[in-house]
Amino acid sequence: MLHTLTIHAAADLLRAGEITAAELTEAALGRIYAVDNAVKAYLTLTPEAALQQAAAADATIAAARRDHALDHLSPLAGIPLAIKDVISVEGVRTTCGSKILENYVPPYSATAVERLAAAGAVILGKTNTDEFAMGSSTENSAYFTTRNPWDLARVPGGSSGGSAAAVAADACLAALGSDTGGSVRQPAALCGVVGLKPTYGRVSRYGLVAFASSLDQIGVLAKDVTDAALLLGTIAGHDPRDSTSVDVPVADYLLGVRGHGSGGDGQRSGDRGQGAGVRGLRVGAPKEYFIPGMQPEVEAAVRAAIGVLADLGAAIREISLPHTDLALPVYYLIAPAEASANLARYDGIRYGLSTPGATLWDGYRLTRGQGFGPEVKRRIMLGAYALSAGYYDAYYLKAQQVRTLIKADFENALREVDVIACPTSPTTAFRIGEKADDPLSMYLADVFTLSLNLAGMCGISAPCGFDAAGLPIGLQLMAGAFQEATLLRVAYAYEQATGWHRQKPHIADQRR
Amino acid sequence: MPLTLTEVEHIAELARLSLTEAEKVRYREQLAAILDYAAILQQVDTSAIPPTTTVLPLRNIIRDDLVAPSMPIEDVLANAPAASEGCFQVAEILGA
Repeated sequence: MLHTLTIHAAADLLRAGEITAAELTEAALGRIYAVDNAVKAYLTLTPEAALQQAAAADATIAAARRDHALDHLSPLAGIPLAIKDVISVEGVRTTCGSKILENYVPPYSATAVERLAAAGAVILGKTNTDEFAMGSSTENSAYFTTRNPWDLARVPGGSSGGSAAAVAADACLAALGSDTGGSVRQPAALCGVVGLKPTYGRVSRYGLVAFASSLDQIGVLAKDVTDAALLLGTIAGHDPRDSTSVDVPVADYLLGVRGHGSGGDGQRSGDRGQGAGVRGLRVGAPKEYFIPGMQPEVEAAVRAAIGVLADLGAAIREISLPHTDLALPVYYLIAPAEASANLARYDGIRYGLSTPGATLWDGYRLTRGQGFGPEVKRRIMLGAYALSAGYYDAYYLKAQQVRTLIKADFENALREVDVIACPTSPTTAFRIGEKADDPLSMYLADVFTLSLNLAGMCGISAPCGFDAAGLPIGLQLMAGAFQEATLLRVAYAYEQATGWHRQKPHIADQRR
Repeated sequence: MPLTLTEVEHIAELARLSLTEAEKVRYREQLAAILDYAAILQQVDTSAIPPTTTVLPLRNIIRDDLVAPSMPIEDVLANAPAASEGCFQVAEILGA
């Protein structure tokens, strides 16, 4: 059952020589073959490369043991991971969930992927995504819809639905995703896993296929908070190849989580009490995030979670983020506008689908008209309209001004509290097809996550219960810029006091 | 304000997207609904508010102008639909 391990538990066993990286990767691949016909998390599997990487990790671990240098070994050495298909892995087909990149093979890897590879991690394959990361259910993938492991008739959320489902199904030990308006946090909530969006600029965007450049961040999906901390610590940091990457030191996130750091003393890692704890921390519950229209069980679970934080010694107060109801229209003007610019590169000249036309221009129109799916075309047009002459001031500029107000709401609130606690999603996982015909209704799935991207700050979703149908509910915590250590600390204390993350979905073995 | 089919065609042309007649009708309706919703922003007084173009305090990130090897041309052209003599091959532009 090696595929059910967390990164930190597997790292202990690898260091102790009780398992090998090859065995761990074989177990993950075995799990994928058993369940992925039903879950459909993966677009591309790379089993041969994965086993080679695992063998290399075994050699690295053996050398470290020989040299008495196990303490210097990255906890990611030999750990099998999945990568969302909007993040480039050199030599591996990267589709962005689109037909326009059906056969695109990147000639380079994203910085985040390079850092994982340098740490000795193993890449199992690329996970399904809404096309170009535009969506909240993975139904906009041009290939297929990923299923929620907790109920295969329901969506896993999106756009990092493949990554979230893979983690929930133990079809990888953890995964990378991307979050522009909630695309890591919302699927994490719907799939009952941990999903973290770093502060804008914390993790390099080099190699993340651009959707909305002022909002995008690579995020992590993991089985528990400790794993999220380990992954973040590996991929975070300044990158000269991304001019929006910030040169701020990477904190020791394990120190924040546990109250003691990642330095080696040979001790086993694993759950230990409350960690650094939340006593004395101030937690704000924004009144605008507890509204009619949200599923009552979601509200109840999140309020109970805030109650747990109070029992653990946090000071809870009600706060206000007054411009919350403007986040959706602001986001759905800024993100499409930026996307319309970023997706202009798909013209069939340097890569991707190339449909010939009577003229060069017809070639562009046909390539893009045929290669992009409906949601992508919708957003490109929305964005082009918002930026066009005569409408720029009323739409795009206006949205940017209101964005300033939304960001200021967070800055003001975070003077009064250290962390904001609220729901991640207004509902648990909805049925496949339920929102497919109403784009606006789909957009409302993101009301609680959009503001954080507009403000550029960090946030995490952690499991906090289930509804009557057994579907996961997520607690969202948000903190100020570069305050990931505080975020992880609060999430860890909550997780250790409640244990929701230990519950797993049952998925029937699909092998014949 | 109602979005016309002519405006949809204009936007599609700005974005170089070929649309079927059925798509034009459908997108007109859907885009109009979203833009109507976005009109709520007009009620906000932003006369004294600067736009946020980036959440970061960074400006003008530069690097030293040092020559370094570029990506090998074979890698650059590896995904090209058409390549010739070490270049991307495109349809005729002038006189087209």
